[in-house]
Amino acid sequence: MMEAQALQLVESLLSFLGLWELLRGFIEPAWHVVWTVLKIFAIILPIMGGVAYYTLAERKVLGFMQVRPGPNRVGYWGLLQPVADGLKLLCKEIIIPTNSNKFLFLAAPVLALTPALAAWAVIPFDDGMILADVNAGLLYLLAMTSLGVYGIIIAGWASNSKYAFLGALRSAAQIVSYELAMGFALVCVLLAAQSMNMGDIVRGQQSEYGLFGWYWIPLFPMLVVYFIAGVAETNRAPFDMAEGESEIVAGFHVEYSGMGFALFFLAEYANMILIAALSSVMFLGGWLNPFQGWPVLGELTAWVPGLVWMLGKMSIFLFLFLWLRATFPRYRYDQLMRLGWKVFIPLTLVWVVVVATWMQTPWWLW
Amino acid sequence: MKNLIDFFKSFLLLELLKGMSVTGKYFFARHVTVEYPEEKTPQSFRFRGLHAQRRYPNGEERCIGCKLCEAVCPALAIKIEVAERADGTRRTTQYDIDLVKCIFCGFCEESCPVDAIVETRIYEYHGENRGDLYYTKAMLLANGDKHEAQIAADRAADAKYR
Repeated sequence: MMEAQALQLVESLLSFLGLWELLRGFIEPAWHVVWTVLKIFAIILPIMGGVAYYTLAERKVLGFMQVRPGPNRVGYWGLLQPVADGLKLLCKEIIIPTNSNKFLFLAAPVLALTPALAAWAVIPFDDGMILADVNAGLLYLLAMTSLGVYGIIIAGWASNSKYAFLGALRSAAQIVSYELAMGFALVCVLLAAQSMNMGDIVRGQQSEYGLFGWYWIPLFPMLVVYFIAGVAETNRAPFDMAEGESEIVAGFHVEYSGMGFALFFLAEYANMILIAALSSVMFLGGWLNPFQGWPVLGELTAWVPGLVWMLGKMSIFLFLFLWLRATFPRYRYDQLMRLGWKVFIPLTLVWVVVVATWMQTPWWLW
Repeated sequence: MKNLIDFFKSFLLLELLKGMSVTGKYFFARHVTVEYPEEKTPQSFRFRGLHAQRRYPNGEERCIGCKLCEAVCPALAIKIEVAERADGTRRTTQYDIDLVKCIFCGFCEESCPVDAIVETRIYEYHGENRGDLYYTKAMLLANGDKHEAQIAADRAADAKYR
């Protein structure tokens, strides 16, 4: 619908310039592609900006929690710090180690970033505000988030450095282990929503009870498991063994400099924002108004667009990422594996059965 | 029974929540950072910064070339050459402090019988070329002349403890 309107707008603009008849043959057949590319840009650019300012938010939040002001030199309140950081990384020389596999070394950052961005195709930002409204949305997401590990493994291997290799191995084992718990947590959501379409999962949470109708109540343990597994998936503190500054310098990306490093950085933060978006879609009702159906608050907040709720819910999780990082020391590797295999997987398996049984009873209210 | 309680405690993440409440509280605490170029911490009159050589009020340099400071300097940063001046007094012909070697322990100042070599409150100085931080007698005397008022005030404040 928007697509046709936009085409009309372009038509009227070009007719005004007298170019429409000339360019019509080029524009009309390609319009669908052009429109899709525009939509992709409308998603990617805010994500990039979000990543940039999330790094600032991270440093500020960590600073505040450590009773210091955080970056405050570049721009008012440090607001230009991400720009300065980006410029610095752009200007840096890209060093390729002599004994590295050059092709893979350069391909790895791209392989890390692409799936992190591609996964956003199926995230619903508002009712109908979704790039690809596919019925297997959740499967696509699981596939895309799993692909990210290849970038890390290839980066570690291609660098031909022992630290990078150790970091890549740790990271690969960690991501593979936690993917299972993550997948099982999502199986519970699938059971509850009875759909793999991301939009339908959100719509399934719509009710007269506002935020009490969302899946976080029946699936609360799964929300916790999913979010912790998400922290582990993105290699964030306290599960940042893959980086492990104190023992393996920076893990899989030690040998990267300049934009290669920046791409890994972007991928990591894009993944964090993605996990936050997914947690809000699956468990906190995506774009839904938390006060929907409530006597007074519901009517007062009815005008707020769904996108605002979605972003608000995402920022809760994003803040939680930083809060966890500011609070907890790094896990030991065997503890990490124990938590993944011996706590999360049994717990999620039990909860799958609990939810499946619960849904057969009249007490399932969601 | 205790095992059971521990099991539920760990599953409810109580200890993690406790930890997060601590950092959460500090999130709203006032930061304690001194934002250096705008704010500075208070200094003691015993502050040990850049060195200076002092003169007597009549303009005569205090140093008598006894070399006690050179002897006591743990970093071997001081180099002194002594000769007899035309009026028959013992004076230094060379008095160099290599600030790159200096560890700012203040022993030279303590050992000096005539309060000639002192450490001032100045700490914001730098060298742009190699050798810039090798201070000669002339530079040290110039420092002393420039900051004599502050130096004298600091010695006076410290006098009752010496």
